[in-house]
Amino acid sequence: MKDTVTFEIFRYDPEKDKEPYYDTYKVEIRKPGMLVLEGLNQIKWELDTTLSFRRSCREGVCGSDGMNINGVNMLSCIVKIEDLKTDHLIIQPLPGMPVMRDLVVDVSDFFEKFIAVKPYLIRKSPPPDKEYFQSPEDRKKLDGLYECIMCGCCSSSCPSYWADKKYLGPHAILRAYRYLADSRDEGMDERLRILNDKHGVWRCHTIYNCVEACPKELNPTEAVVKTRRLLLDRDF
Amino acid sequence: MSKKINYHKFDVIVLGAGGAGLNAAQITSQKVKTAVISEVYPTRSHTVSAQGGICAALGNMEEDHWIWHMFDTVKGGDYLSDQDVCEILCREAPEKIIELEHIGLPFSRTKDGKIAQRPFGGHTAEFGKRAVKRACYAADRTGHAMLQTLYEKSIEQGTHFFSEFYALELLTNEGAVNGVLCYDIQNGGLHIFHAKAVIFATGGMCRVYKTNSNAHINTGDGLALAMRAGFSWSDPEFPQFHPTGLYGAGNLITEAVRGEGGYLLNSKGERFMEQYAPTIKDLAPRDIVSRCIQQEILEGRGCGEKKDYVQLKIDHIGADVIMEKLPGIHELSLIFAGVDCTKEPIPVVPTGHYQNGGIPTSPFAEVLNTDPTNNDEIVPGFFAAGEIAGCVHGANRLGTNSLLDIVVFGRIAGEEALKWADNNKIVSLKNEAGNFGVEILQKFANSNGEYTFGQIYNDMTEIMQKNVSVYRTEEGIKEALLILDQLSNKMENYRVSDKSNIYNLELVEALELNNMILISKAVANGALQRKESRGAHYRNDYPERDDKNYLKHTEASLEEDGKTVQVNYRPVRLKPLTVETFPPKARIY
Repeated sequence: MKDTVTFEIFRYDPEKDKEPYYDTYKVEIRKPGMLVLEGLNQIKWELDTTLSFRRSCREGVCGSDGMNINGVNMLSCIVKIEDLKTDHLIIQPLPGMPVMRDLVVDVSDFFEKFIAVKPYLIRKSPPPDKEYFQSPEDRKKLDGLYECIMCGCCSSSCPSYWADKKYLGPHAILRAYRYLADSRDEGMDERLRILNDKHGVWRCHTIYNCVEACPKELNPTEAVVKTRRLLLDRDF
Repeated sequence: MSKKINYHKFDVIVLGAGGAGLNAAQITSQKVKTAVISEVYPTRSHTVSAQGGICAALGNMEEDHWIWHMFDTVKGGDYLSDQDVCEILCREAPEKIIELEHIGLPFSRTKDGKIAQRPFGGHTAEFGKRAVKRACYAADRTGHAMLQTLYEKSIEQGTHFFSEFYALELLTNEGAVNGVLCYDIQNGGLHIFHAKAVIFATGGMCRVYKTNSNAHINTGDGLALAMRAGFSWSDPEFPQFHPTGLYGAGNLITEAVRGEGGYLLNSKGERFMEQYAPTIKDLAPRDIVSRCIQQEILEGRGCGEKKDYVQLKIDHIGADVIMEKLPGIHELSLIFAGVDCTKEPIPVVPTGHYQNGGIPTSPFAEVLNTDPTNNDEIVPGFFAAGEIAGCVHGANRLGTNSLLDIVVFGRIAGEEALKWADNNKIVSLKNEAGNFGVEILQKFANSNGEYTFGQIYNDMTEIMQKNVSVYRTEEGIKEALLILDQLSNKMENYRVSDKSNIYNLELVEALELNNMILISKAVANGALQRKESRGAHYRNDYPERDDKNYLKHTEASLEEDGKTVQVNYRPVRLKPLTVETFPPKARIY
């Protein structure tokens, strides 16, 4: 195990910097399996207090710390430095999203697109006194969909999302499909109308970047394809 | 630093967007103008990390009754719970779980399509006779599923969010609470939110410990704001240590592992919980299991080179069951301990997890100005729910009661705040409203002293872990208080190098650290004064529970100087609303 690893980090403060630059830090490896986030905290708390980034749960479920590490989007809190198989890390903010400061990006567009697909249970009929019936088989259809943590790694890895500012992106489509696949939901028509658009599921070029980027190993491309099938089978 | 303060007027303000905050906002935003203010985007709140379940006596798998649940909660809390609040928690539970299911929470299911349930620590049938299946769950991602479902529902309702806003001051006038001053992390702006009612749902504080399961944001800010505004904090000496934190990292390994059949082993391969809790063994409440683990380690039966952890075995239930019911645990163990739990045991130690106490509240989530003779007064316009609210969990919370707490009391806080906003006028702001918060912000923003976050945070978490965690002594607590005072002084000679208005994480961390030191002092002071052992508070020098002298709540508040913590007491509300009191008994499992 190497004693130190170089972290080369994207820096930008719009209040004082005309353009972005990179700062380089020597991070000490203090234990086997040390995580990238632990390296960033070491910089923040010991080497350069001015570095800004987002993080919270530090266990891969809150989705705060999506960033681009050596060209790949990932969560800094669940990636071991040793697994990156290099002693030089280049860390950048998530691509395709406006940079606010250092590694912090503006996620408003990402959230707006999520909101646009009506990501909630739609019911027309009144609820029963007890829970809705849902068989274990129907519940299983939500596995691989509901675990999304909204980190943005997928959408920000998608060239269609970069190029088409109106494209919903893989995250929003995965979310929409989570409800399309829910046996309790009665909102299929209205949700499909939103997705059936050149900026909706038809914009995806199935290059699978989102699948590779997803830290939870979910498959947004599959959600796109399944939604297309639903659209082809349906008369509006 | 911009001096202009933006002004916003709302009917209800909800501070915090975890489960409690979103449940409250779901109720209020249907009817009145509601702002939800959060330090992080709502889906980043720490509810997301809750794993194992949310309990309710639904009886979907076997016979169960809310009164059994209430008994377990009171006994689990070592009789320090206010029993009127406990009654509401357990009685309302089934209906509230069904409401959550109706808005889409993807619960795991039984064969006949109902919400599935499993056993959890301290939950029993027939008043302690045997473990019962009471915890409803969505695999081991129950908190994540709940938080996202609630957030999604709030989108449907068009709830107004102010994300990445950090609260600096709780505003009051004439004894009423009427707003919050906030700092916009994204651009440095200052905002006063003026409202008829304020709901505090700001979560916990266990980042003060070296080993903890908490998120970076769990720094007790709400508790510090409330104390600085003159309110008290009940039972601060009872932070809960969860028995099974991942060795080395502290991350939570849910009790559901033991609920699904896992058990603990010492270095001799002994299933040691059988000796300590013969009836429910590994499913004893958290305070007990944490102490047993610590005891095994202290007596030399810990595992590994340093003999400083125990093992949690689960591989015997089979890889299929693990991947279906505990997939998140499998992932966490692999990443943080390099252990494949379908093949080998998980190394665990107790980890700082949850604040059992909190701001004193009525059974209807109203914040109280408490009184030693129980003539408590309701604070006009102030409500609290979730981890920041006190007294339902007593001296030790049962697993799955926290997710239940945020649903039941989050919704009740919403209902009560709504009524309040309908029936009351807004209380005007004091002329000096916000001055204190701006001052503290500027003090740190302009600071150019010697000390920075890393050193002080490290010293604070080390002494809290060493002297004010699972086992405590008078000598140790006094040493901790001394060091905390030194750290307070260092905060007066602090340095924030980052002078930017844009996403200044260094400034936010300075403010959080300032709060955490205050919080730690309150924990240590409460612990020093309570000369008995009860629930999560164990004094080696006073190992017995002492109901004669200490069946009472600690109330910690700040003296006029704004620094010194004073400790008072008030009686426990032992009388429930409609049922008989569960009188204190020996706590045997």
